[in-house]
Amino acid sequence: MLMSQILKNDRGGQIMLAVLAAVLIVVPILNLAVADTSPLHVPTYLVTLMGKYLTYALLAVAVDLVWGYLGILSLGHGAFFALGGYAMGMYLMRQIGDRGVYGNAELPDFMVFLNWKELPWFWQGFDMFWFAMLMVLFVPGLLAFVFGWLAFRSRVTGVYLSIMTQAMTYALMWAFLRNEMGFGGNNGLTDFKDLLGFSLQSDYTRVALFIGSGLALAIGYLLCRYVINSKLGRITVAIRDAESRTRFVGYKVENYKVWIFTFSAMLAGVAGALYVPQVGIINPSEFSPLNSIEIVIWVAMGGRATLYGAVLGAILVNYAKTLFTGLMPESWLFMLGALFVLVTLYLPRGLAGVWAGLKISFGRKREVAA
Amino acid sequence: MLAKSLTRLSVALIFLFFSLSAVWAEANPIWNQASSLFKQASFDKTREAADMLSASSDPQAPVALKALLEGQLYQHKQNDSLAVLTDTAALDASNGQALSAVNKDDYRKIPVNNTLRKYLRSKLGGLSLSSDDPKVRLASATGLLETVSPEQLPQLQDLLSKETDPQVKAALQLAIQLASLNSSDKAAKLSAITALDGNLNPAVRNKLTALSTDTDPTIAKAAQSTLRNIENQVALNGQLETLFFGLSLGSVLVLAAIGLAITFGVMGVINMAHGELIMLGAYTTYFIQKLMPNYLDYSLFLAIPAAFIVSGLIGILIERTVIRHLYGRPLETLLATFGISLILQQLVRTVVSPQNVPVSNPSWMSGSLEINSVLSLTYNRLYILAFSLLVFAILYFVLRNTNLGLQVRAVSQNRAMARAMGVRSARVDALTFGLGSGIAGVAGVALSQLTNVGPNLGQSYIIDSFMVVVFGGVGNLWGTLVAGLSLGVINKFLEPWAGAVLAKILVLVFIILFIQKRPRGLFPQKGRAAGD
Repeated sequence: MLMSQILKNDRGGQIMLAVLAAVLIVVPILNLAVADTSPLHVPTYLVTLMGKYLTYALLAVAVDLVWGYLGILSLGHGAFFALGGYAMGMYLMRQIGDRGVYGNAELPDFMVFLNWKELPWFWQGFDMFWFAMLMVLFVPGLLAFVFGWLAFRSRVTGVYLSIMTQAMTYALMWAFLRNEMGFGGNNGLTDFKDLLGFSLQSDYTRVALFIGSGLALAIGYLLCRYVINSKLGRITVAIRDAESRTRFVGYKVENYKVWIFTFSAMLAGVAGALYVPQVGIINPSEFSPLNSIEIVIWVAMGGRATLYGAVLGAILVNYAKTLFTGLMPESWLFMLGALFVLVTLYLPRGLAGVWAGLKISFGRKREVAA
Repeated sequence: MLAKSLTRLSVALIFLFFSLSAVWAEANPIWNQASSLFKQASFDKTREAADMLSASSDPQAPVALKALLEGQLYQHKQNDSLAVLTDTAALDASNGQALSAVNKDDYRKIPVNNTLRKYLRSKLGGLSLSSDDPKVRLASATGLLETVSPEQLPQLQDLLSKETDPQVKAALQLAIQLASLNSSDKAAKLSAITALDGNLNPAVRNKLTALSTDTDPTIAKAAQSTLRNIENQVALNGQLETLFFGLSLGSVLVLAAIGLAITFGVMGVINMAHGELIMLGAYTTYFIQKLMPNYLDYSLFLAIPAAFIVSGLIGILIERTVIRHLYGRPLETLLATFGISLILQQLVRTVVSPQNVPVSNPSWMSGSLEINSVLSLTYNRLYILAFSLLVFAILYFVLRNTNLGLQVRAVSQNRAMARAMGVRSARVDALTFGLGSGIAGVAGVALSQLTNVGPNLGQSYIIDSFMVVVFGGVGNLWGTLVAGLSLGVINKFLEPWAGAVLAKILVLVFIILFIQKRPRGLFPQKGRAAGD
């Protein structure tokens, strides 16, 4: 079967998906079917929080695909995430209709506020869900394709590429901060009412979004696994380990790079699209270089080139962030900073590497005993 | 207003020094006469007194007349002495000395009417035009430009013939030309228009604009063509000003990036905490100023070495504890140093304050250098431009002509070979990183004079700095200089038609595209050092 083929030799992935499946079944039941008063009840805000973590996990998987397997440290994946989020946000904005503050059925509030008379061309079509979803994939994909096509063809690699991706997201942040761009400027898009006719405030919509995020993560994970197990994946790893040699063997390195990069950007876009309805806002701060670098530390923490490690890292680091920004807001940046330093110094293979290391030493001991 | 100051003064009331006023009354007959004239409280007599004072060469006369004009000249009710009383000060009108104990109730204000005010103004103008101090003369001649009338021509001509100071002379000539523009004589008008060609003074432009719609076609035409010439020159000066702003922004970029050109360019270390080292330099300036609040003018000279040492030592600490373990793994270095940058930022937030801190400019950095009446360059930007060039020159010298520089270049080109030749590469690494970090601190001192000093100061420069180094070509100090200055200039020339934010975006896009074309920057390294 395809599934077992994909997950062959991926114990971590098998466990991760099993846990994910369990969570996706148990949490909705505990939220919807168990009474509020019961200690087992999971409040809706927690469901949404977990849904947010799951979108982060999908984003981390996308970064791990290009960093872990292709060797491109992208410091601009936050941009793809945000673009997907904006595409979704635009759909949600159009769904508000005349329920905005100004009651204009056609124009979102911020456009009325800016005295715009009609919808700009790039907002056309976003009232249709299928079109918005297409854009969620298409816009980040197109940006990644153009950027990658330019960068990989002229063989910008390593640190240069990282800094270029950072400049890309930095430039986009400044662009989206401008009111004239037509994306709500500094405030971004917010005040969403409903999605496909379901109110975003209702528990059922929230649970559905949570399940959707989980499924997207599972599908994204399996797709990445599939890519890696395929012949394409072998070439990808070959490029990571010896780019020139792969090129001289006769592979068109830049083509492989562009397609993997674009695919990864689309995954990030999907993550962003699922993120926005759950947090209820998208603004230019998502483009900030800090956000993109944070994604990288999730992956580094979990262990790069494992995929399931990225999921683990994203959820752990973000859980810690929620915990500590609540308890001691002062300390969080210290901890995040220390995490960056300690992980790169002492955990070059991340938590997944620790596990693998333990397994090996345990195995050795058994051999010695036998 | 008056009531308020009266109450304020009477609260601080003591008694008067009669004896003192009696002494000066004898010492200076003019003031004696003037006070007796003022005492008669008639506008004619006041005018007579003003005439007499302005005719005298007494240095206090203009002060007293000015006070009279502004309604601040008072006469004592008993002893007739004259005093200049304002809300904040009380001065003896005859000698300018402060009166220590004054009750405003004892004084009578000397009244003036509009005719008198007008008369006083013209008197004062003439008076300051013939003042002994060339600065006063220049100020009054310049003040005259907007309102000069043909009637003043003979007086001006007379003054011009006696004038010796070249600046005042030029101002007077300009005033005469402007006055002739208003005259009824067409030939004089035309010759004045021709003579004013190329003059950038705004008063000239106003007058010519008015004349360009004159009913006389020859005059209108002459005025138009002269005006066109002047406007072209103004535009040219505007371009020069933009160029200066661009160079100024560029010098800031160069300062911020030049330390990075060492650590990233020469050593190949991606130091994302570079911006925070700049920030620490700026905070060092703040603390030095706090330590010596009475010597603000000199604090910068102490802050520069202090910032170099603070940032340099922290840089060495970072290199010894973290970066040393990560050589040859640039992406990991990037992440670890980014972590350090977060820690340093939060450290400043926790220890000092999350808000911006005030850093003051020393007095010698304020003000501006006036090239002409439409182009003036502020001193702080000029100094920082010069400073960044100086830092560049010193750094260049250190890398080219010192033993350390030789070792740094040797290690960066071929570590193994350098070690084989006896270079202690670990020590060189630490010193190089310390040097780059120290320069970042020095940049912080300069930036503290231009922008707000706060925990986020570094963050806003880090990406720009990397852009400059990458654009200029890694491992090339000249590249950093050229790249920084040209990016600054491009940015400022884009700003007028694209707006500040869009200009910034366009520059970023430009660099991204440029790097696609030339991945090794403007000045790529050649030969073996280029490596791969």
